[in-house]
Amino acid sequence: MYDDTPDLATGTPHDEARRQLQICNACRYCEGYCSAFPAITRLRAFADGDITQIANLCHNCCGCYYACQYTEPHEFALNLPQALAQVRTQSWQDYAWPAPLARLFHRHAYATVAATLLGIAALFLLIQAVPAPASGTGFYAVLSHSAMIALFAPLFLLPLAALALGLRRYWRDVGGARPTLAQWRDALAQAAQMRNLKGGHGEGCNFEEGARFTPARRMAHHAVMYGFLLCFASTSTGTILHYGFDMPAPYSLWSLPKLFGITGGLLLTAGCVWMLALKARAEAHLSDPETTAADTAFVGLLGMVAASGLALYALGQTVAMPALLALHLGAVASFFLLTPYTKMAHGFFRLAALLKDAQARGV
Amino acid sequence: MSKPAEINLTPDILVVGGGNAALTAALCAREAGRYVSVLEAAPKPYRGGNSRHTRNFRCMHRGPLGVLTGSYGEDEYFDDLLKVTKGDTDPALAKLAIAASERAYCWMEAHGVRFQPSLSGTLSLSRTNAFFLGGGKALVNAYYAQAEDAGIDLHYNAHVDHLSVSDTRITEVTARLDEVAYRFTPGAVIVASGGFQADTNWLARAWGPAAKNFLIRGTPYNRGVVLKDLLDQGMESVGDPTQCHAVAIDGRAPKFDGGIVTRLDCVPFSVVVNRDAERFYDEGEDIWPKRYAIWGRLVAAQPDQVAYVIIDATSRELFMPSVFPPVEADTIEGLGQQLGLPGAKLRQTIDAFNAACRPGTFHATELDGLATEGLTPPKTNWARPIIEPPFYGYSLRPGVTFTYLGLKVDETARVTGAGGRMDNLWAAGEIMAGSILGQGYLAGFGMTIGTVFGQIAGEEAAAHV
Repeated sequence: MYDDTPDLATGTPHDEARRQLQICNACRYCEGYCSAFPAITRLRAFADGDITQIANLCHNCCGCYYACQYTEPHEFALNLPQALAQVRTQSWQDYAWPAPLARLFHRHAYATVAATLLGIAALFLLIQAVPAPASGTGFYAVLSHSAMIALFAPLFLLPLAALALGLRRYWRDVGGARPTLAQWRDALAQAAQMRNLKGGHGEGCNFEEGARFTPARRMAHHAVMYGFLLCFASTSTGTILHYGFDMPAPYSLWSLPKLFGITGGLLLTAGCVWMLALKARAEAHLSDPETTAADTAFVGLLGMVAASGLALYALGQTVAMPALLALHLGAVASFFLLTPYTKMAHGFFRLAALLKDAQARGV
Repeated sequence: MSKPAEINLTPDILVVGGGNAALTAALCAREAGRYVSVLEAAPKPYRGGNSRHTRNFRCMHRGPLGVLTGSYGEDEYFDDLLKVTKGDTDPALAKLAIAASERAYCWMEAHGVRFQPSLSGTLSLSRTNAFFLGGGKALVNAYYAQAEDAGIDLHYNAHVDHLSVSDTRITEVTARLDEVAYRFTPGAVIVASGGFQADTNWLARAWGPAAKNFLIRGTPYNRGVVLKDLLDQGMESVGDPTQCHAVAIDGRAPKFDGGIVTRLDCVPFSVVVNRDAERFYDEGEDIWPKRYAIWGRLVAAQPDQVAYVIIDATSRELFMPSVFPPVEADTIEGLGQQLGLPGAKLRQTIDAFNAACRPGTFHATELDGLATEGLTPPKTNWARPIIEPPFYGYSLRPGVTFTYLGLKVDETARVTGAGGRMDNLWAAGEIMAGSILGQGYLAGFGMTIGTVFGQIAGEEAAAHV
């Protein structure tokens, strides 16, 4: 009968998110928490592309969930963090190339664990199978530089190409235009500060302490992100020194690769451990419950990349070095390969969403 | 928070209720060094009474204050109150609430409430009303977190059945906590347990059986048990016992707790008909925020307490999005059929309306004087013919926001009983708001009353014990 409350049955993740977003748009109490809500209020109807964009703009701070009058047991059963997380996962899977790999690694922790073990085993075998030239020193005495390049150049570039393909599809679906310099600046500044995890008031998000705000997740994420970027800078400067200045590794403690690498490794390791501790205390139902285990495995892998790198630095002069090298390079290889198919992809899509949002805000 | 292992039956101060006024009173009393227990009838997910549905509070300020722009002086604020209540207010209490609202802003901020600039679509309130970031539930969460940290005993599912009055004292409070009966003997009691709007039987005594068709916009836990118990024991009352504040909301809203999203802002751009497809009131009398509040009553007076808003494609984007999509059809008859209205009659009504429309300039946000001619009742603004398909329809029902009947309090929030001023009973929030808001409504004023009188009640009660 017409006077009855409409049927709240749900279909795809986009349908469920659409149902919830329409309720949000009639309320708007959460407008100040993050960028997602102003993006919602700019619209009246939500096409699938709009929902994908809003979902990728959402940083899962959960502020809106705890502030919501309509969460269960209310019959509207709003849980926007979860609804958007499910759309997000779906979008990363759909845009990934090849998509089945993303479905596997986003939903199954064992897949990441298995890939990591395989990566490490492969490196052990490789070291056994490809004898390093006698002229090699340090790590290159175990695995030659050219073998490393032959292995890691494609392992680095191919996943990036796959990611680029996915991002292009994303950009088309959300109706992105060619970004301007100002839009890039805006998006990068937001990402650099993780402004959307500040809760609008600067006190942080609701992740591990229920309705209370804490900066912990934002800080842990900063540690992971900046740690990762420092590690990346370490590798990049190493590459530049090697090819540009004919200064091959090993490098001294006060060299750029080491300074970046050690601080980055420590930050990344600590950030991953912190993030795992926070994840353990977080409420799984405020994210996509189907990806919790896989995301945890991914953070574990990232932490392992960092920790094994540090161990390699600390024990590089001992007999443990060859085994540690295989462990570290194996983890790095798996990490590179899995980048387009795991939680790692979120950083790229998030940046794209921030960029698109800057366009929508008229930056 | 885990439950205290033992329930303190002799707190210094027992607060009955768990919304804004109750928590404010509890925090103030605790900060004055008293042991405080709070009895909230709702389970934890629904804690906070109607405060969880609020979004702002009306605040006096001499210059820009936090998110508030410009200034909003005491006199202007009081004038606004006089306009809506038509003088039905206690000027001394009203001025007290207004003057203290500025201090309340700072108190709220110091207790974890965060404000945000006025929400999109409510720019007209940016000077007078401070919006809570995340809305009223975020405010409630902040207060509960503060209360936990301050060592206040918080009990959910705690239903107060009776306060024993002996002369001018409350000697005992009987309550069920998770269905186990307890007798509290506190030093003082603060009642902040809201009105009785969720008790539709009580509403029906004033409104007749029609009240059964009313929707309750807020919490189902405001059943007026404590209010009735105290009135039965001779406490002085204030406010019209037969009146409630009702607005017209989406007829598909849930029976309880539909809150803000069930409002519909499309009436000024529409034709509104009753069950028999007949118009009954001037839809364009004034801008919607000024007429919003009378439509609850208008719909309540129609058969089956239902009405239907009809708009066409030209008006679809002129109002805030609705929580449920409208019913849609390509013809007026088809729309009528889907809405359960006599289609031919609806066609007739719309045709008559269309024929009465006159050319002129339409202006959505101000009184544009675009009126019908020779139509009864007339539509005096925004009268544009309903001709552009698709046609859209919403059902409307009365949505009760709050009741006016309450406890009379003095300037110290103290309640007066049959034997004179009570020694140890204070009241705050909706249960005493009728003292100040005798009729009508001023956006955000309920939260002002709750906060100011919550503070007064908490401080006074703490000074007493």
